[in-house]
Amino acid sequence: MSSKLQVLSLYRLLIRESKKFPSYNFRNYALRRIRDSFKENKSLTDQIQIKQQINKGYDNLEIIKRQVLIGNLYKTDKLVIENVNFKT
Amino acid sequence: MYKNISRLIFSPARLSRCYSAEVTSFINRNLSTEQKYNIQEEACDGRPLYLDAQATTPLDPRVLDAMLPYLTSYYGNPHSRTHAYGWESEKAVEKARAQVAELIGADPKEIVFTSGATESNNIAIKGVARFYGAKKKHVITTQTEHKCVLDSCRALEGEGYKVTYLPVGQNGIISLEELEKSITPDTSLVSIMTVNNEIGVKQPVADIGKMCKAKKVFFHTDAAQAVGKIPLDVQAMNIDLMSISGHKIYGPKGVGALYVRRRPRVRVEALQSGGGQERGLRSGTVPTPLAVGMGEACNISNREMAYDHAWMEKLSKRLLDQIYEKLPHVIRNGDPLHTYLGCINLSFAYVEGESLLMALKDVALSSGSACTSASLEPSYVLRAIGADEDLAHSSIRFGIGRFTTVEEVDYTAQKCIHHVTRLREMSPLWEMVQEGVDLKTIQWSQH
Repeated sequence: MSSKLQVLSLYRLLIRESKKFPSYNFRNYALRRIRDSFKENKSLTDQIQIKQQINKGYDNLEIIKRQVLIGNLYKTDKLVIENVNFKT
Repeated sequence: MYKNISRLIFSPARLSRCYSAEVTSFINRNLSTEQKYNIQEEACDGRPLYLDAQATTPLDPRVLDAMLPYLTSYYGNPHSRTHAYGWESEKAVEKARAQVAELIGADPKEIVFTSGATESNNIAIKGVARFYGAKKKHVITTQTEHKCVLDSCRALEGEGYKVTYLPVGQNGIISLEELEKSITPDTSLVSIMTVNNEIGVKQPVADIGKMCKAKKVFFHTDAAQAVGKIPLDVQAMNIDLMSISGHKIYGPKGVGALYVRRRPRVRVEALQSGGGQERGLRSGTVPTPLAVGMGEACNISNREMAYDHAWMEKLSKRLLDQIYEKLPHVIRNGDPLHTYLGCINLSFAYVEGESLLMALKDVALSSGSACTSASLEPSYVLRAIGADEDLAHSSIRFGIGRFTTVEEVDYTAQKCIHHVTRLREMSPLWEMVQEGVDLKTIQWSQH
């Protein structure tokens, strides 16, 4: 199915791009939100709805790309938690 | 070690107190078993974690993405009617207005953009009271309101209005019977906040709205800490005026909104004279990029409310479970059920809040409202809920937000447990409690 492949490729693109967020909090939120969104919409069967969600995903991919760029322009020091080898 | 003890003894609340001989001997004993504690050894590299979501929240990248075009290419004045630059800005502002309105179930025409919740509160309270001032000269509010509400009421008192400051119960919630008794034919406005900024308590806004409607009194609520976090509907809850802040919902700072009901109409006297923008209620050019950011922030909050809420529930439970498991004598301020989960205010008995905040340098926390964080006085909110003075001095507010991670919560809980234990170990009061002395029975000699 082409839509399945499209979804997988979108997922990979979103995750790969979100990992580039220099901000610890934004990076982790983006990764969590993407994974949960795909899980939420896993059971969608209506082709129109699937198409809508895919389009939304591509819009968000563009936002992430731009915001990663901006984040890299105004980087801060890393957070305490990124420097310390902290185990939960 | 000695420094820490002296800080404990000479903290402002205890400055005037002199310890009895018994206590002095405790201190001496503690000093002799001194073990070196060096805060520098514990300091970690890097920026502190941010756990102060009630003070402000970071700008959501999606919000910034919506704002940037209006900070760069589309710079027209939204009130310019003669050219395309104005029209495109106006369109963006109106879209934002609709997004704000949708979040609270209002009509876009009922939304006025302001500079923030402080201005919204000022316009609502002073504006309504002054407009109806010829006939009615009484305003009701609570003791635990934000400073800007209390200060607006003080200003009204200076103009000859009567203001009732309702007390709250130990859980921080007002009593509806007391409110009903306070409403007189002379009352024009009741102003009660939806979610408290320091202790996170939710007031029964829907019940208050119903009562105010029945008594034909206008109801204003300061919902800066509530909008976008808990479901609110101005129709269902009978709210006549509502203050909203942009930077508490991952939007930009410097923008807020005021909801003013149109049917039945609430008349407000404007505070600011000028070009008559925003229905004449708030003259001055609407800052397009900020309004757009606020609109997008509301839009995201609307869409993600359930998702964010589930996350907040998980994290606040995780934080509380860890702290409660390891630390005795921790008191949660405010009602544990009728509360917004992202705001947890804890009092660590026998530890001074300021010394704990200093020790927790790598976590950005606060002992209360940001407006009063420069002062060492205990918070008036905690005093209003009847917290003992020593507990009011030992409170810390944990603010969890959309971008807080599980690791951050665990780190905070661990550090907090570590430092509370350490500070208690050097506290003579803690030692006395361990030996079964009831501190309330001690006669402190006063100078």
